[in-house]
Amino acid sequence: MNGFTGHRLFRRVEHAAALLLALLWMAPLLYAVWAAIHPPEYAIHFDLLAPISLENFQVAWNRAPFARYFLNTFILVTTILAAQFVLCTLAAYAFARFEFPGSGIAFALVLLQLMIMPEVLIVENYKTMSRLGLVDTISGIGLPYMASAFGIFLLRQTFKTVPKDLEDAARLEGCGPLQVLWKVYVPLARPTYVAYGLVSISYHWNNFLWPLVITNSVTTRPLTVGLAIFGAPESGVDWSIISAATLLAVAPLLLAFLLFQRQFVQSFMRAGIK
Amino acid sequence: MSSVPKISQRYVVGWLLLMPAAVLLAMFTHYPAVATLAESFFSSGSAIRPSAFVGLDNYRLMLDDEVFWKVLANNVWFAVGTIPVSIGLAILMAVWVNSRMPLQGFVRMCYFTPTVLPMIAVANIWLFFYTPEIGLIDQISGAFGFGSHNWLGDPDTVLGCIIVLAIWKEAGFFMIFYLAALQAMSPELEEAAQLEGASRWYFFRRVTFPLLMPTTLFVLINAVINSFKLVDQLFILTKGGPDNASSLLLYYIYEVAFSFLDQSYASTLTVVLLAILAVIAICQFVFLDKRIHYQ
Repeated sequence: MNGFTGHRLFRRVEHAAALLLALLWMAPLLYAVWAAIHPPEYAIHFDLLAPISLENFQVAWNRAPFARYFLNTFILVTTILAAQFVLCTLAAYAFARFEFPGSGIAFALVLLQLMIMPEVLIVENYKTMSRLGLVDTISGIGLPYMASAFGIFLLRQTFKTVPKDLEDAARLEGCGPLQVLWKVYVPLARPTYVAYGLVSISYHWNNFLWPLVITNSVTTRPLTVGLAIFGAPESGVDWSIISAATLLAVAPLLLAFLLFQRQFVQSFMRAGIK
Repeated sequence: MSSVPKISQRYVVGWLLLMPAAVLLAMFTHYPAVATLAESFFSSGSAIRPSAFVGLDNYRLMLDDEVFWKVLANNVWFAVGTIPVSIGLAILMAVWVNSRMPLQGFVRMCYFTPTVLPMIAVANIWLFFYTPEIGLIDQISGAFGFGSHNWLGDPDTVLGCIIVLAIWKEAGFFMIFYLAALQAMSPELEEAAQLEGASRWYFFRRVTFPLLMPTTLFVLINAVINSFKLVDQLFILTKGGPDNASSLLLYYIYEVAFSFLDQSYASTLTVVLLAILAVIAICQFVFLDKRIHYQ
């Protein structure tokens, strides 16, 4: 009687609980949407008949250089991703297929970055950047992240699953190491690139502490830093407008997530189990 | 075999491939870690006084610094408050999303959404929830006849508020790892248990949960690291206040380095953070290595 399929009622209650938790998890976002699309006086009281307007978005957009912040974030995220793809592919190939002396120690040193992320070393990295003259530049934000231990690890695992015969065949046709990498390994690792790319984009779109430390002008600040300045209590902006600005800042990533939800979840999963 | 490069040539190619990444890693991970340690033995230089070797003075200062102990204790409480609940919720979410249920895709999306949103943005929204009187929480509790409360202004509740936000942000992320593990599990186990007439709870307790143990260890390690890394919300919600009641170690490092401009002391504090991370790394090595080995 305590059977798996029995207890219909219990299952119903469970489903209801799961759904309730889901709505609770969505509530902050739903609230932000509510506040953003209604006039400010409705921000704190709910009325289904409240008039809908997009004015808050317009006010927010005009009150801070969001267009510039968007551009900065876009440049930042794409530069980091491009550099990560190149650097991590090369390093992963070395670890997967070249048993060079010291590769064990080198790999351990690479993995160290999984523990000691650039966020933790803001003090010294700031000094390095000022020595390099890269304070307040977009490359200054991106550089510490470009050689990513996570990417190297993920790609190495994938490259190791590629059958050696394929490589040998390409070599017999006269391909050098880089050609083999480009023609054999990279195409076969496509799902890993997609997975890693999505994880990297969402990480750097959302990253805050290091960009805050290293930037101090409109022309370099990414969205997160711009939003933090915009929403600061001292700035005296009201809730509806902050909500609108918040939604603007998350919109591209959120839309991409909602459209490619399955892809996102699977990518994070793929990246997680490796 | 003439087309296969000679051994020594392979060594060179291997190192060349690794070189670009290795240079950047050395510059922004290994060098700064060592430099932080070195810096912690020097005093902060100023225009009139150059920095000088002071031995363990910075560490003595740190041991006498009440704020340091306060943020360290906060960080421990933050971890203790966040990790078990978010892991528990993550398992629950994963089991739910993995079982057949109506609106499965929608529910999974809801759980996962906080993960893709920037902490800075969601902190803006949560700030409104916590605002006294007009905030959502006070409005709801007011409707039930409770008085208003300054959630973020009260040293007794502020850390709890930060913890709740962190749980909300992280549970869906951890769910993903459990979901992957559950999907890799053989469905035959469940069928067999069904035939035996085992209850779902019994099956979960005796079969699913033990099989999820490696995942739990992995998530646990990540959760502990995150609890020392996740400070973005403080910039929006509390700035570490009131009276450092919600400040965490990394936030304090930021303040010391970039508001109080004391680089040496910030380095000393960073050494503590690095030491904590090293201990976590050793735990990971000891507990997780077996699992990786057999994979």
